[in-house]
Amino acid sequence: MQDSKSYKIFKTFNVICMACITFITLYPFIYMFAQSFSSAQAVINNRVHFLPVDFNLSAYTSIITESRFWNGYRNTLLFTTTGTFLGLFLTVSLAYPLSRDDFPGKDVILKFMVFTMFFSGGLIPLYLLVSNLGWIDTIWAIIVPNAIIIFNVLVMRTFFMGIPQALIDAGEIDGLNQLQILSHIVIPLSKPIIATIGLFIAVQIWNDWFSALIFLNMDDLYPVTLFLRNIVMGSQMTAASGQAVDSSAVTTLPQTLQAATIMLVTIPILAVYPFIQKYFVQGMMIGSIKG
Amino acid sequence: MHTLNTKNNFWRLKKYGLLYCLIILPIVYLVLFKYVPMYGIVLAFRQHYPGRAIFGEHWVGLKYFKMFLTDNTFWKVFKNTLLLSIFNLIISFPIPIIFALMLNEIKSKNSKKFIQTVSYLPRFFSTVVVVGIIKSLLSPSTGIVNEVIQFFTGDKILFLSEPGWFRTIYIFSDVWQFMGWNAILYIAALSGIDNQQYEAAMIDGANRWKQTIHITIPGIMPTIIICFTLAVGNMLMIGFEKVLLLYSPIIYSTADILQTFVFRMGIDQGHFSYSTAVGLFQSLISLVLLWTTNWFARKYTDYSLW
Repeated sequence: MQDSKSYKIFKTFNVICMACITFITLYPFIYMFAQSFSSAQAVINNRVHFLPVDFNLSAYTSIITESRFWNGYRNTLLFTTTGTFLGLFLTVSLAYPLSRDDFPGKDVILKFMVFTMFFSGGLIPLYLLVSNLGWIDTIWAIIVPNAIIIFNVLVMRTFFMGIPQALIDAGEIDGLNQLQILSHIVIPLSKPIIATIGLFIAVQIWNDWFSALIFLNMDDLYPVTLFLRNIVMGSQMTAASGQAVDSSAVTTLPQTLQAATIMLVTIPILAVYPFIQKYFVQGMMIGSIKG
Repeated sequence: MHTLNTKNNFWRLKKYGLLYCLIILPIVYLVLFKYVPMYGIVLAFRQHYPGRAIFGEHWVGLKYFKMFLTDNTFWKVFKNTLLLSIFNLIISFPIPIIFALMLNEIKSKNSKKFIQTVSYLPRFFSTVVVVGIIKSLLSPSTGIVNEVIQFFTGDKILFLSEPGWFRTIYIFSDVWQFMGWNAILYIAALSGIDNQQYEAAMIDGANRWKQTIHITIPGIMPTIIICFTLAVGNMLMIGFEKVLLLYSPIIYSTADILQTFVFRMGIDQGHFSYSTAVGLFQSLISLVLLWTTNWFARKYTDYSLW
């Protein structure tokens, strides 16, 4: 069928709009990328727009030689790996029994769990709880309070419910106990969803800075996001390392340092994103059907 | 019959014994990290001394509620929260729907996929990264936005020190970060609409615009209503981390919101009971909002959360 003239005009307009949206979404990253590789002079004189000007690595070298940056990176890696394992373990342990139709108490536990999505005690009671557990300045304060995200449990439960009952029955006939059924039959079939939820949890911990802000007081425990936050808030390079930065102040600017740190914090996510984004979307879909 | 049932229940309990061992840990977790803090709300009605009993020493009734309800700062902060929430809802809610509808008109599968993939990306970045980017773009000395403004007007705008700009910056960056992700459900709903409906409409001579009004929009209406109910329920739950990174005392007059107020009063200054009371007030308003919207949705449409 022939498109009407006005529809053709609309289509052209639409394509232009979509191109603009894509550009606007990507531009801030291009800009950060360009700034991070440009010289301080070029940035001060507003010569950096799309591509690095006077290409140089001074911002990166001064970040990379900063011990607090590496310390932060190492902490972030530690929080992310342990937190992801803990989160996955708890999520599977909660989601699997709830996915079994005849699990006694299923409905009560489900309601008990979903209620916490709509009402919470808030920031202060949680803070007091964590500090009373003696967890201030420990890794537990970062990885435990956010270990279970109810939405993730619901997504995983929905996936488990889709596993054919016949396979589970066959396992029971073969004399496997319920934990063996989980580890030998259910988990091998659920690799995609476990990967998806694992990555959801990992990204969330990687990006977290607020828990560290309230629960950690000691510099050397900070994750890299908190290091970046201090740069962004303009209080960077104070006391602890003032020396190191002053000497390089000629070649680096707060702006280029910030841009370089932003790149270093986001590169791991940028690197895995193309491969995992379709799982994220699928996870979101599975979750929404349920919700 | 009755004995059989009991026996059956006993048998099921025995069968699932190991799974109970498995689920006990997450249940302990939920009790400790979700329900104990919920119980901790009693703090709002109790006197708390630092270093003494975790949830307070003795009851003081509504003392802290009276205290904040007569506090001018509280009302300023409350007004800021309300205004930011309402503007944010009005702007951030429809944009993903429009985006999904426009994306739906792109015929090339590859371009569509590319645009979608790009649009989800900002959702995966830390708030710290987003605020860092905002500050770089808007910087008065080196930011590109001010460079463009200066080119046209000869002046510069101190975006992050002018109270009047805060809401715009907050909402625009939210749209930038979450538009694509929030459109996922609409995109899914759009692809679920039966193609035969469009074919039938074309035979009847309906043009693309009429098809959109009569087929596409009704097709995604259930999704819109459900998302709207949730959006209203979460309306006051502003992206508090972003505000905390963006604001500064000079722009408190528009940027200070209930959560940042609770954070400052509680974590920074140690007024735990007072800030818990303010937090509870906010949670209750949110519950009422969610309940009311859902009530309207159920009464006037066929779709609702419960």
